[in-house]
Amino acid sequence: MRHWFGTALLALGSSICCTTFAALGQVPASHPPDLTGVWQALNTANWDLQTHAAEPGPDSKVGAIGAVAPGPGVVEGGEIPYLPAAAAQRKQNYKDRWTADPEIKCYMPGVPRATYMPYPFQIIQGSDTIMISYEFADAVRLIYMNNPGPAPADSWMGWSIGRWEGNTLVVDVTSQNDQTWFDRAGDFHSDALHVVERYTPMDANILMYEATIEDPKVFSRPWKISMPLYRHIEKNAQLMEFKCIPFSEDVLYGKGGASQ
Amino acid sequence: MTRRWLSTLVFLASAPVFAQNAPRDNSWTAPRLPDGHPDLQGIWTNKTITPLERPAALGNKAFFTEEEVRAFTKTALDRGNKDQRGGGVRDVLNAYNAFWWDSGTKVLPNMRTSIVVDPPDGRIPPLTPQRQAQLQEEALAVKVRCQRPGCAIANSGQLSPADKPEELDLMTRCISFGTVVPMLPSAYNNDYQIVQGPGVVAIDTEMVHEVRRIPTDGSAHLPANVREWIGDPRGHWEGDTLVVDSTNFTGKTRRGMDQNLHLIERFTRVGPDTLLYQFTVDDPTAYTKSWSGEIPMSKTDGLLYEYACHEGNIGMRDIIVAAQADEKKAAEQAAGKK
Repeated sequence: MRHWFGTALLALGSSICCTTFAALGQVPASHPPDLTGVWQALNTANWDLQTHAAEPGPDSKVGAIGAVAPGPGVVEGGEIPYLPAAAAQRKQNYKDRWTADPEIKCYMPGVPRATYMPYPFQIIQGSDTIMISYEFADAVRLIYMNNPGPAPADSWMGWSIGRWEGNTLVVDVTSQNDQTWFDRAGDFHSDALHVVERYTPMDANILMYEATIEDPKVFSRPWKISMPLYRHIEKNAQLMEFKCIPFSEDVLYGKGGASQ
Repeated sequence: MTRRWLSTLVFLASAPVFAQNAPRDNSWTAPRLPDGHPDLQGIWTNKTITPLERPAALGNKAFFTEEEVRAFTKTALDRGNKDQRGGGVRDVLNAYNAFWWDSGTKVLPNMRTSIVVDPPDGRIPPLTPQRQAQLQEEALAVKVRCQRPGCAIANSGQLSPADKPEELDLMTRCISFGTVVPMLPSAYNNDYQIVQGPGVVAIDTEMVHEVRRIPTDGSAHLPANVREWIGDPRGHWEGDTLVVDSTNFTGKTRRGMDQNLHLIERFTRVGPDTLLYQFTVDDPTAYTKSWSGEIPMSKTDGLLYEYACHEGNIGMRDIIVAAQADEKKAAEQAAGKK
């Protein structure tokens, strides 16, 4: 009940915020809007989707650089509705996070995590396919605007089918494997994950990003995250190459590492 | 300045090489995007049994006749379909017959005897003496190193140090399969999807999902201190051709290319189902002269699949574990003798 009330308030709040944004900003006139560009989230959701305080990081040798940055959270209603067994797993993941997080291993981050990692991503809006190229791990998605049918197999970045609802790009993401996490705090999902993403231009340089997350094996009900994404407007904005495999190899295979 | 002048020369020199042989359908015009540029989008494949370099026996014979194509194809397919177990390295590495490869069953539609079109012998020119000496020195160091335990046969088929991950080759580490610099066919996954947005052309390479994001907005290359495995591409349109100029390489790519590699590529729609890909490798400190090649890429209906090579790289882990165990055992034996 409390939850429901909270969600309703938040929903109301965000709809007011967005209407105001839309009224103030300049929403692109073309339809569908062109989302091509370099974008990035500006929050600490990759540390933890839920509200979290600052805390020490894994390596005190690097001082403040290694600390966990605090954040007010991006989950509507505040909490992720884990089923009891899954809540225990999440607790264990949190305990193991400095070795078990797939980000350490330079694995493709899955959806929605790829969106709010602390790296930019580039949307290239083609005629019937929209490519999203992420700087982290060279991860990439092809969003098919003409539904080619079901995925041939599960994958790290899933199978993305897109459509326009007014100015909003809606992407239905299925067939992700169960190997990715949502954040560095151990929030996780199963292979039954179903994500519906919504990208709505607020003005030429801001997209409102919403992702509804459904996974009956892990969560008691669908839940939602939302955050603005900002366009990189710097003159020299571009994705740089971040092949992180070399940075993960010592952990994965290095002296002692591989035999553990 | 000098480099710009050099690359202009390369353009001038290579243009006629390409012009005479490109298979073009003159009655056909490329579809266009709202910005007026040709629409290069689609899923394209460069799989072929045409070799990168012309077999030496063919000398300066640049094109097959129809009959020669039939004979060449039969020989190539027969060879591929045989049991590939030949003893030694072949029995533990890449002992695959044609079932495991995806090179297709056809030579390129341009009927060329090699992908390399210049020099006229269809072969990659020799490395410069300095580059040869440098690579020989590196190879010798590996040979000396591998007299001790802790080496394994890498994807290249050569014995390489394997007790540290960074000592293994890029393919074994899933970093790059060399299918981007330039875009040449490999054992499988020879598919590329082009998506075009305003001011950018992006190419998703199915092989280890390397993505090339090519700005066509007139922006300059990254500063020279930044080095990237697949280079820094910048595109511009010359008529209906997308010309891509890449620099800022790491020098760790294949075939002896070094940091000074300057790759020039041309993409032209020449028919409803054909994208002509032409490239020039200009690397004056690595090669005694620049060389060029071309591949008419064919449109394919199949979609790209995710090749999560690193995520599933059990082979890498096993190679390192084995090499470490090998070293440990040798150390224990040495200690026992004392």
